Amino acid sequence: MTTTHRTTDRLAALLRPGRSRALAGFALAAVVLFAVAPLLLSPFRLSLLAKFLCLAMVAVGIGLAWGRGGLLTLGQGVYFGLGAYLMAMHLKLADAGPGGVPDFMSLYGTGEVPWWWEPLRSPVATILLIALVPALLAGLLGWAVFTRRVRGAYFAILSQALAAAFAILLIGQQQTTGGTNGLNGFRAFFGYDLTDPVNQRMLYLVAAGALLAMVLVARQLMVSRFGELLVAVRDGEDRVRFLGYDPALVKTVAYVVAAVMAAVGGALFVPVVGIISPADVGVVPSIGFLVGVAIGGRATLLGPVLGSIAVSWAQTSISEQFPSGWIYFQGALFIGVVAFLPGGLASLVRRRRRRSAARSAPPAPVTQTEGSTP
Amino acid sequence: MTHVPTAETAAGAEPTGTAAEALLGTDSTRFRHDYLEVRGLRVAFGGFVAVRDVDLTVTQGDLRFLIGPNGAGKTTLIDAVTGLASATGSARFGGKELLGRGTHRIARDGVGRTFQTASVFEELTVLQNLDIAAGARRGPLTMLRRRGAVPEAVEQALELVGLTALRDTAAGVLAHGQKQWLEIGMLLVQDAHLLLLDEPVAGMTHAEREATGELLRRIGSQRVVVVVEHDMDFLRSFADSVTVMHQGQVLAEGTVAEVQNDPAVVEVYLGSPVSTEPPTTQAAGPLTTQEDA
Amino acid sequence: MDILNQLFAGLSLGSVLLLAALGLALTFGQMGVINMAHGEFMMAGAYTAFVVQGVVGSAGVSLLVALPLGFLVGGVLGLVLEATLIHRMYHRPLDTLLVTWGVALVLQQVARDVFGAPNVDVTAPEWLSGAVTVGGVALPKTRLFILAVAVVCVATLALVLQATPLGRRIRAVVQHRDLAEASGISSRGTDRLTFFIGSGMAGIAGVALTLLGSIGPTLGTSYIVDAFLVVVAGGIGQIKGTVIAATALGLMQSFFEYSTTASVAKVLVFVVIVAFLQVRPQGLVTVRTRSLV
Repeated sequence: MTTTHRTTDRLAALLRPGRSRALAGFALAAVVLFAVAPLLLSPFRLSLLAKFLCLAMVAVGIGLAWGRGGLLTLGQGVYFGLGAYLMAMHLKLADAGPGGVPDFMSLYGTGEVPWWWEPLRSPVATILLIALVPALLAGLLGWAVFTRRVRGAYFAILSQALAAAFAILLIGQQQTTGGTNGLNGFRAFFGYDLTDPVNQRMLYLVAAGALLAMVLVARQLMVSRFGELLVAVRDGEDRVRFLGYDPALVKTVAYVVAAVMAAVGGALFVPVVGIISPADVGVVPSIGFLVGVAIGGRATLLGPVLGSIAVSWAQTSISEQFPSGWIYFQGALFIGVVAFLPGGLASLVRRRRRRSAARSAPPAPVTQTEGSTP
Repeated sequence: MTHVPTAETAAGAEPTGTAAEALLGTDSTRFRHDYLEVRGLRVAFGGFVAVRDVDLTVTQGDLRFLIGPNGAGKTTLIDAVTGLASATGSARFGGKELLGRGTHRIARDGVGRTFQTASVFEELTVLQNLDIAAGARRGPLTMLRRRGAVPEAVEQALELVGLTALRDTAAGVLAHGQKQWLEIGMLLVQDAHLLLLDEPVAGMTHAEREATGELLRRIGSQRVVVVVEHDMDFLRSFADSVTVMHQGQVLAEGTVAEVQNDPAVVEVYLGSPVSTEPPTTQAAGPLTTQEDA
Repeated sequence: MDILNQLFAGLSLGSVLLLAALGLALTFGQMGVINMAHGEFMMAGAYTAFVVQGVVGSAGVSLLVALPLGFLVGGVLGLVLEATLIHRMYHRPLDTLLVTWGVALVLQQVARDVFGAPNVDVTAPEWLSGAVTVGGVALPKTRLFILAVAVVCVATLALVLQATPLGRRIRAVVQHRDLAEASGISSRGTDRLTFFIGSGMAGIAGVALTLLGSIGPTLGTSYIVDAFLVVVAGGIGQIKGTVIAATALGLMQSFFEYSTTASVAKVLVFVVIVAFLQVRPQGLVTVRTRSLV
């Protein structure tokens, strides 16, 4: 194949309807997130949106692992929590100053900083650990269970048990993790005063940027050969094995990516919301992450993001007015969407689009699309 | 499955394209002296011994058919060779021991198989199916990029199995026979040099069987091919040699004619002692009756 | 004596886990359905005991009335769930998990709206107050009673599965759904009955739990995860695995707790189970099948 040929291929690929629409959609999302929302929303609402964006980051990863990879992970709260707690620990240490002891430790504990807190004094180490710790845990656990072909419901249950164990562990370690109260009362984020509205807006922009970056990563993974292989593993794990691939590796990669995305979401959640506690990371919130993904369309790129933001928004507005209403609503969503619309709202959009396309131009018979009679 | 052979399917029967020749001939020198050698193979599920003391040698250019009544251990034998069922004894291909190794490693050493029920990735397109089959040796960077140009081998396989026109169709909507061909195409691009096919023409029309048989014959001249099949017409038309299994053991081996006149085979298939009425003609042979069973 | 103490604590916890997991093992084993609302059926059983006590008054009688009634309440809830939602989703087991989680959320909120969010207490009957002292260890009668209930439930279930026509039908459907159907067993009817019995077990477990402390709307959530772990570790298809796994988990938790703390013990148990699944990915007791996927 000649170079010119390849260039035209590239050009053609770039101009494919799918890709141009994606570019347009991405540009639109960027404008909305970076320009429209900060202009229109009050600082309070903007903070709220920032929180939703952090939760949506978890959803992007779940869409990849569950929607594309078939890994029903009921324990993303663990990775969200790891990112969040690592960040919170750093913020507590930073607030306490060099060599200082976080307030709650002197209150409940021995007044000494445990050794495993120490590395988090460094901002650089913190950022590295936020990515590395969840990646390592997910990699180890994923590799261990996937190579032994623990899958489907078994994997779901294990991931859920992990969430339960994690939350219980956090609650049990009152002196070093804040127990049920969790960690809160942060004053500054990498030196920026968290009470300053300007810094809050900056945080929002950071969250928006991170979410967009994750969507890009997820998109690249989905359209890549890896993405195709991931779907193949989901639909026929054994068949993939007979083609010479190790499905455990494919699944582990997807699981690790999802874990890191959740961790970053958690890490940004902490300065935005100002608190992280076991109630945000246990079994119930872990499954809660799935609602938005299921509603938006688990196997799509943007479905999980939009679904997650919509669900967070609904949760906030419904529980403001009817505290118990939200639970019924969430339960009804789970039942209704998963039982009757497994493709999520995205499948409705797709169906409509297909129908209108069919109306405007009846599809040519498949055999005629490319003449190839020998 | 009522599938009418189309212009494309005929391509499978008589591929004239040089591309197809190129695919079939890939690296044949590298594998010229390869053969499958099974010795003393035994597979047990709990207390039940599904395969025992099986010796089997299949060389390139010898299109081998594996037959036997249900439960004879044919599929289990394939399972053992491909790493799905754990077995004792020995199974060597290309100088390498296959037993005791992971399925995907065995596959990487050039052993490919199909299943009784066509198993393609239904939500992926024909092209994606083939591309995945061709890619087990791709590096991480290639994997993380979008597929640019279609790999040459995939292009050739599409042509060879007559699915070029359907390349962007989801594999799930293919007709039954087309799925089987897609699987064979996947084996070819996978660069498998030992092909284990489990009932590749089940559910196909006569014309499709003929096309598939021709294709297998061509593949068999370059690679080592073992076919499990119940269809006796198909066997008679295309088998170079036949191995008969019964109750987990090899009962007989030889050419079609030799096997058909083997008294032990006759007894197994007819359930009566051979001495009373040995079959004389092919039409009255034991293998004919099996077809209706 | 300490060891004896821990042993009893472990067995007691094991019996509670067993009660919670027994029904799950049945529904998961037969239908592959992960019923997340199982915990809420327990909760419903517990509130049944609460209501019965309000009506009957006498704690001694109400427990004995509540046990069968709790079975009925749990069973009917299960029946309704099966008939309305689960039966249309047998081919999507993972989705069933999410749907039943939605049901669980709704049931919890119903309980909150009906009985209030704060926990309520059910008085244990007079004849269960106090403890039996064995070898210097005081064994609370309530815990002994739960142990006995668990034993009776397992024995009854085993008897039903082994010796009654219903049990034979259930086992037939578990082992080979299509074949059972072909031999005239209505798998729909069997599914419903199994779900009824399995959910009823949850109701009994709920009634039993009222003896251990106060009950609230989220009672089920605290047991469901452990109960599922028991089922996973035990393997599906047979009660034996569930019994062993529940006992083992209870003992492990108790002994780990003794040497560390409750929360660390929880994590250790999880690690042990993951490690155990490395050795036996399908759990303790497995039913071998040839199915590919």
